[in-house]
Amino acid sequence: MSDLLKRLVSAKGASGNEDEVRQLIIEEITPLTHQVTVDRMGNVIGYKRGSVPGKKVMLCAHMDEVGFIITRIEENGMLKFGTIGSIDARILPSKRIRIGNEGIPGVFGIKAIHLQEPAERETAVKAKQLYIDIGAKTREEAERKVKPGDYAVFDSEMVYFGEGKVKSRALDDRAGCAALIEALKADCPFDLYACFTVQEEVGIRGAKVAAYNIKPDMALIIEGTTCSDVPGIEPQNFSTRMGMGPAISIADLSSYSNKKMVAYLIERAEKASIPYQIKESLTGGNDAGEIQRSRGGVMTSVVSIPCRYIHSPSSVMDLEDFNNTIRLVQEFLKGCEAL
Amino acid sequence: MRELLQKLAGVYGPSGNEEPIRDAIQKEIEDHVDEFYTDVMGNLIAVKKGKGGGKRVLLAAHMDQIGLMVTHIDDKGFLRFAALGGISVANSICRRVIFRNGITGVIGYETEVESWKDITLAKMYIDIGASGKEEAESQIKIGDVAVYHSPFSANNDKYMGGAMDDRAGCALLVETIKSLESTPNDLYFVFTTQEEVGLRGAKTSAYALEPDLGISVDVTITGDTPKAKPMAVSLGEGPAIKIKDASILAHPKVKELMVGTAKKHGIPYQLEILEFGGTDSGAIHLSRGGVPSGVLSIPCRYVHSDSETIDANDLKNGVKLLVKILEGEINF
Repeated sequence: MSDLLKRLVSAKGASGNEDEVRQLIIEEITPLTHQVTVDRMGNVIGYKRGSVPGKKVMLCAHMDEVGFIITRIEENGMLKFGTIGSIDARILPSKRIRIGNEGIPGVFGIKAIHLQEPAERETAVKAKQLYIDIGAKTREEAERKVKPGDYAVFDSEMVYFGEGKVKSRALDDRAGCAALIEALKADCPFDLYACFTVQEEVGIRGAKVAAYNIKPDMALIIEGTTCSDVPGIEPQNFSTRMGMGPAISIADLSSYSNKKMVAYLIERAEKASIPYQIKESLTGGNDAGEIQRSRGGVMTSVVSIPCRYIHSPSSVMDLEDFNNTIRLVQEFLKGCEAL
Repeated sequence: MRELLQKLAGVYGPSGNEEPIRDAIQKEIEDHVDEFYTDVMGNLIAVKKGKGGGKRVLLAAHMDQIGLMVTHIDDKGFLRFAALGGISVANSICRRVIFRNGITGVIGYETEVESWKDITLAKMYIDIGASGKEEAESQIKIGDVAVYHSPFSANNDKYMGGAMDDRAGCALLVETIKSLESTPNDLYFVFTTQEEVGLRGAKTSAYALEPDLGISVDVTITGDTPKAKPMAVSLGEGPAIKIKDASILAHPKVKELMVGTAKKHGIPYQLEILEFGGTDSGAIHLSRGGVPSGVLSIPCRYVHSDSETIDANDLKNGVKLLVKILEGEINF
């Protein structure tokens, strides 16, 4: 199971440039579905025929990740960049990235601390002040390896961490993609559409057209979500807690979950003795926002895997939460005729 | 209409939790419409068929009200919350709230803050008088939503209370349904959900109903209080016909239809330009290939507080104007 996760987090896929992760997902789901299509936005949709006619079920995880785009190459061979998705510039200095399809290594540089004025040291760094160093001495040298418009993503390996945890890049939302793929091994009575969406991090774009095309009756979104159960944060701001099971959302900024679905998820979790938690915040948004309001409306709900430090090269996730999310999604699928 | 408004304003129904108010509205209208149903988003849709040859008209008023969603229960039984819609610090300090199950509470704040300016919703909590976490959890759970709790009152032709936004609009539509005698148009009265969190119910219902024309009915702010921010809308000067807000530029023909009808029948009206905020028409006019849309607004002081205040005559004249619009032929 974590082999699949490892393959998924290793694939590059900044929003708008999901080719590598898309190819991998197509390979992984082909044996598990009856038909795999890619729509015009680049969403991957695996269709699994059901035995009960009438309803369509959509499972959704976004395959894109936050990243960077090269905007300019300076005379001295350094690269200027823009961010893709929400990225905290304060975490960037000295982080490694991979640029372009070739994966050219680079590092975010900043003026050395010895050279900074006292005032500079006291203010948070902004993306504008940073540059990417790929070891090139001149613009010509840099241009042989990268060009403006090339995408870049954080460069880090997935490692096992502590007891039963992993530390990795891109857990938001490759963890969701991996859980969705594993969940596909369970049978759904209805026609099932497994959607791996593009461009969630830049405005829930892929999900919008996927839902419009599929016309689902109900959709379950699988996300890697904020987990702030860490020092310096008061318990009321944890949002989720690591190791306490998949988090079921009542609502977030993008959607209010369908109450019947939430009650059903809780019932299935309790019946199968799967630990779960209710997400304790109203922040954030995800594909549910667009799917719920597609056409005449769709029943939606969200199950999230708690991940600390998302949108960084080193997110941390508990594999028990991951496995329990798979179990919960499978339980959801098996009995969704009740909805 | 006082009785109807008081009844509707007193029913619980924050965004996403509109079941009680939907039931209340359904009871009011079920004997006066040809058909009604609830859709996936929870919108209540009531149909009144025309004699034929008319337009498909969507009339929308949102049922939901702003609320406070419980996000955390601490060891002492205090509830932390997040805003569901436009809850402000200023309008919340030491206000009373009520949950669906009748449990009431008061909104407190961490008094160690140095200045009132430092208070944010994250530093506030709901006190339901529980002696500890266990007692609190036996009554309230994470995800439960409270609404402002204040009595309805009336004097000087003014109605005051919580949830005038937009139960005043709902009451206006209910009264319109009851007052309509005959119409050439097919009328779809939609009592929408989740307006306060992003015009959500309106979006899906407009898609499903494919109207030729859309009018939403909602409250708007006024500029008629001491040292108010300039705004050419006052209580008691008539229902307001919207020119624009942040979500829509009213379709000129819909606006002309509304103004023309008011003039023809001698119904007082005022024109509204709202710099911030929006309402259901913002979603309706962008549905599918576009829907010509306008807004009939009820002037309201202290919007998004527990004491929203409207004028009885504006409400009555709003009904009169909407009935005349709908009873006539709509040509464009």
